[in-house]
Amino acid sequence: MRVFAKPISPTAGFGCLTGLMAFVLITGCSPEKPSKSKDSEQPAAESTTQSEVPEAPPYKPIANAKSIDDFVFGRLKQLEIRPAPPCTDEVFVRRVYVDLLGTVPTANEAAAFLADRNSGKRKRLIDKLLQREEFADYWSMKWGDLLRIKAEFPINLWPNAAQAYHRWLRSALVQNKPYDRMAREMLTASGSNFRVGQVNFYRAMQNRTPDGIARTVALTFMGTRAEKWPAEKLELFAACFAEVGYKPTREWKEQIVYWDPEKPMKDAKAHMKAHTNQTVKYVPLKTVKDAVLPDGSKFRRKPGQDPREAFADWLIRKDNEWFARCIVNRVWAWLMGRGVVHPFDDIRSDNPPANPGLLAHLEREFVKNRYDLRHLYRQILNSRAYQLSAKGRSDNPIATANFACYPLRRLEAEVMIDSINKVTGTHDLYTSAIPEPFTYIPKDIPAVAIADGSITSPFLAMFGRSPRASGLADERTSKIIAGQWLHLLNSTHIYQKIETGYGLKAIRDAKKNNRKTLDRLYLTILSRRPTASEARIAMEYDVKTLSSQPTDREVWIDRAWALINSDEFLFRH
Amino acid sequence: MNDSLISGPTPFGLRLSMPQSRREAVKLGLFSMAGMMAACKPKPEVVEETKTKMSGAKAKSVIQVFLWGGMSHNDTWDPKPDAGYDYNGAMRSFLKTNVDGIQLSSWFPQLAKQADKYSLIRSMTHRINGHETAAYMVQTAHAPGERLAYPSLGAVFTYFTKDRYKGVIPPYVVLTKPQGRFSEEGFLGPRYKPFATGSDPNAPRFEVEGIISKKISDKRQQARRDLLKNLNTMSQSLTSDPTLIAAEAEKKRAYDLILGESRDVFDLSKEDSKLRDKYGRHTFGQDCLAARRMVEAGVPYIVINYPGGWDTHSNHFQRMGRQCPQLDQGLAVLLEDLKERGLLDSTIVWCSGEFGRGPKIDWQPPWNGGRNHYGACFTSLIAGGGFKGGQVVGESDAKAMEVKDRPVYPVDLLGSIYQLAGIDHTASLPHPMGLEAHVLPEVGGKIKSGGLLEEIM
Repeated sequence: MRVFAKPISPTAGFGCLTGLMAFVLITGCSPEKPSKSKDSEQPAAESTTQSEVPEAPPYKPIANAKSIDDFVFGRLKQLEIRPAPPCTDEVFVRRVYVDLLGTVPTANEAAAFLADRNSGKRKRLIDKLLQREEFADYWSMKWGDLLRIKAEFPINLWPNAAQAYHRWLRSALVQNKPYDRMAREMLTASGSNFRVGQVNFYRAMQNRTPDGIARTVALTFMGTRAEKWPAEKLELFAACFAEVGYKPTREWKEQIVYWDPEKPMKDAKAHMKAHTNQTVKYVPLKTVKDAVLPDGSKFRRKPGQDPREAFADWLIRKDNEWFARCIVNRVWAWLMGRGVVHPFDDIRSDNPPANPGLLAHLEREFVKNRYDLRHLYRQILNSRAYQLSAKGRSDNPIATANFACYPLRRLEAEVMIDSINKVTGTHDLYTSAIPEPFTYIPKDIPAVAIADGSITSPFLAMFGRSPRASGLADERTSKIIAGQWLHLLNSTHIYQKIETGYGLKAIRDAKKNNRKTLDRLYLTILSRRPTASEARIAMEYDVKTLSSQPTDREVWIDRAWALINSDEFLFRH
Repeated sequence: MNDSLISGPTPFGLRLSMPQSRREAVKLGLFSMAGMMAACKPKPEVVEETKTKMSGAKAKSVIQVFLWGGMSHNDTWDPKPDAGYDYNGAMRSFLKTNVDGIQLSSWFPQLAKQADKYSLIRSMTHRINGHETAAYMVQTAHAPGERLAYPSLGAVFTYFTKDRYKGVIPPYVVLTKPQGRFSEEGFLGPRYKPFATGSDPNAPRFEVEGIISKKISDKRQQARRDLLKNLNTMSQSLTSDPTLIAAEAEKKRAYDLILGESRDVFDLSKEDSKLRDKYGRHTFGQDCLAARRMVEAGVPYIVINYPGGWDTHSNHFQRMGRQCPQLDQGLAVLLEDLKERGLLDSTIVWCSGEFGRGPKIDWQPPWNGGRNHYGACFTSLIAGGGFKGGQVVGESDAKAMEVKDRPVYPVDLLGSIYQLAGIDHTASLPHPMGLEAHVLPEVGGKIKSGGLLEEIM
C-alpha cells in the first residue's frame, strides 16, 4: 500500500517542482548567461587520461586498408610501435565472456573451449555468446548507465517507469533492433512512462527543460557535451524540444510524455511572469520556429508534424556523421577500453580521433550493415586488435591510445560481485530502501541484470557502480582503492562466501587428489589450469602456515581466497 | 561592499548587476543576506575577517550525529509546553537546563546538565520534505536536482584535510551502516566515500568490516598475504603496468590497517569499563565512544548514522521514549568526555536530522499519533570546534511550525563549519570533467541564506 506508506508525497511533487524552478531559473537568466558562458570558457576537461598522452606524429592515410586490423596495425607501423602478442586461448575465453556477458565462464565452459582443437573456435564462441540471454542483461546495464535508468534521486523515473524503460531496452537488445530504429523510438515516442518504456528517455534527466533535453540528446546520440558549445548554439538547438510536454495522470507517479504544441505558450507565460517587476530586459523564449540544428542548418518540420519526428529524421540520416560516429566510437570504447576519440563521450572538433581512418571505417561499415549492433560487436571482437594480449611491448602512452595492447581494467562493481558469487556459488541481496514497501530482488538475478539503478547493495556502492545521475561515462569508477581492498581481502561478506559457498565447497569436498582439486579451483576462478610453479607454491602453502594446526579445509579456503584476490581475477585482461 | 549591488532579493536569484568574480559573488551573497536579515546593514569587516580565520582553523575534526529519518523537534530540543495536546501529545513535563532560559523535553536530563557546552539552532529550515532531497540539502547545502551531484560536508572536509591527516584509518568513517540516501562522495569519486565500519561497537568485539577479522589470526593473515603475493602471476609479468602499480599501493594501505597498530582504535575493551557504562551499553553509546577514540587518532570526519533512525510515522511516542534516553546519554557523555580531554575546542559535534517532524500530531489511522516529515522548521545541535555553548540561535513560532526569527539555512550552518575548519567555502572542488564546482553554492534561487552563525562563533 504505497499510498499509505508515504502520506505527504513530498518526493512525488518535488520532482516537478524542481523541474519548474530550474526551468524558470535557466530561461530567466539566459539574457545574462552568467553561468553558462563561464562553463564554455572552461579550459579543456582535466580528464587524466587525456592529458597524459603526448602528441603523436601526424596520421597519414593508410593505403588499401579494408579492415579494422589494416587500420590499427597500419597506424602502429607508422608510429613504429610493436603491438602486443596475440592473447592465449585461456585469456581469450575469459575476456570474451566478461566483455559480452559480464561474467566469467564456468569451469566447464572454459575447459570445453580450451579442449576444442578445431580452427575458428574463437569466432564460433563469439557468435554463441552474442545469442545468450546474459548478453542482453549485461549490455542493458551498460546502456542503462548512459540512459540513466534509475527510479529515485536524482533522476526520479519512479520504480514502474524504470522497469518499463529497462524492459524496452533489453528487448531491443534481444531482438537486435537496428540502432537507428532504437534511437528514433526513444526520441519520438509518446505515452505513459509506465506503459511505453521508451518515453522515459525524456524523463531520465534532472533538468526536463528544452535546454536539459538538448544536452541529454547531444550526450546520448552525438557523444558530445553541449555545455561546451557557445550558449547561443545550445539555446537554438534546445528550441527543437520546446514542444515536449509532460502531464500527470490520476495514477500515482504516472506521467504522459507527448507532443504539446501549446507548450511554448505556457512556458512563455511563466517566463513573462518571472520577469514582472524586474529591470532585466525581457527576451522571449525561443520556439521551434527559431530552432537551428547542431550542424548549423535551419530546423524544419512539415506542417502539423511533431518536431521530435523531424529532429529524429535529421539525426538518423545516413549522411549525419554525428550519429554513426558516436555509437561506433562508444561500442569500440566499451570493448577496447578506450575510444578512438577519447574520452568517448566528448567528441568535438578540437578532440581529434587517434586513428581517423579507423573511425571512418567503423562508421561506414555500421551504416552499410543497417545499424546492426551485433554485427559491429562481431567485427570488433573477431579482429586481431581485440585479441591482443595485455602485455604491451611499450610503456609509451601513445601505444595505449593506438590500441597496441588490451588495456587492463578493474571489473565493474556488478561484474565483480557476480563473478565472485558465480565461482563461490552464493548470492547477494539487492534492495531499494525507497519507496516503501522496499523492493527485494530474487536471489537468482545477478547484479548486472538489475533494471533500476536505485536497487543496490553496499558492495555495489562501495565498488563505484554508476550513480546514473548524468550519463557521463566517468560517473562509473574503476579505480581500486584501499577501502575496497579491505573488503575483498578481509571482510566477513567475502570470507563467508569462500567458506560456505557451495561452489567452492563442492570442489573442496570432492575428495580428488590435490592436483585435480587445484586444477578445478583454477579453472573455476581463473578459467585456466595452474602452471607447474603455481601448483608448487599453492601446495607448499600449508607447510608454510605452521600456525595452530591449520585444517585442510582452511588451507583450501586460503588458496581460493588468494586466487579471488589476484589481479587476474579482479581485472579484465 | 557596494550597497547598490544588493538593492533587494529578486525572485529566482536574478542578479541586477553581476559581481566581478564568482568568489566575490558568493561572499556578497552569503554576507549581504546576513546583513539584510539582521539589521539591513552590511558589515564590510566580515569579509576581511574570514581570510584571517582561514589560517588559524579551530576545528580539526567533526563528529556528525545524523538523526536520519528526521527527529521531531517539538518532542526534543524545541519544546512548546503551551502548544496543547495536538502538538505535545502525552508530553507533560519539560526540563530546565544548566543555562537560564534553555528548556528541553523531559527525555533529555543529561543533556540538560551539559547545555553550556552546545548551542541549539531552533530555526533550521529548507522546506524540503523528501528524505533524499532533504538529506542531500542538509549535508551538501546545494539544491537537489542540479546537474552536478555534490559531495557531502564529510567528503569536502576530507578533501581539504587530506594533506594534514596521514593516518591509516580512513579519513571519513561511518558508524556503523551507510545511510544510502545519496552518494556522499558526489563527483569527488570513491576515495571520498565514507568507510562504513559495519558490525556493532556494543558487541563483545567490534569487528570492523575489513579491518578486524572474525576468524583469522595475524599469523594466518600474514601467510595469506604472502601466498597472494606469490600466486599473483599476472602482476609478476606486468610489473610496469600503472594500473597494477596503483592497485598494489592501495593494497598495501589496506594491509597497514589490517596488520598495523591503528586498528586498536576500534578495540573498545581498551577503555575503562566504567566509562563504557557511562556512555551507555547500547549501540549509539558505544558509537559515541568509538567516535571519540577516532578523534583522538586524528580522524577528520566521523558520522554516526543513528541506529534505527527517526522516521517515526507511526509508534512515534513509543519509539521516542525508547530512543531519546539513549541519544541523551551518549551525546551528553560524549560532550563531557571531549571537554575533559581537551578535545572539544578542536572537535565540532553536529547533531541533526535531514528535517524535523510535523509539529501537529497525526492522530488518524494508520499513524495513530505519528509525526510526518517536516522541513519548514527544525532544530540542530552544534558544539565545539569554536562554536560557543549555552546559546540558542533563532526562534520558532508558538507551535514550532515556522521560523519566527533568524532563519538558518543549510548553507549557513555548513558555511560556519567550513569557516571554523579553515576551509574557504568559495574554493573550487575538482570535478573530473573539469566543470566548475565550488564548496558552497551561490546564494540566490533555490539557495537561501540567513547568514553565518556569527552569534555563536
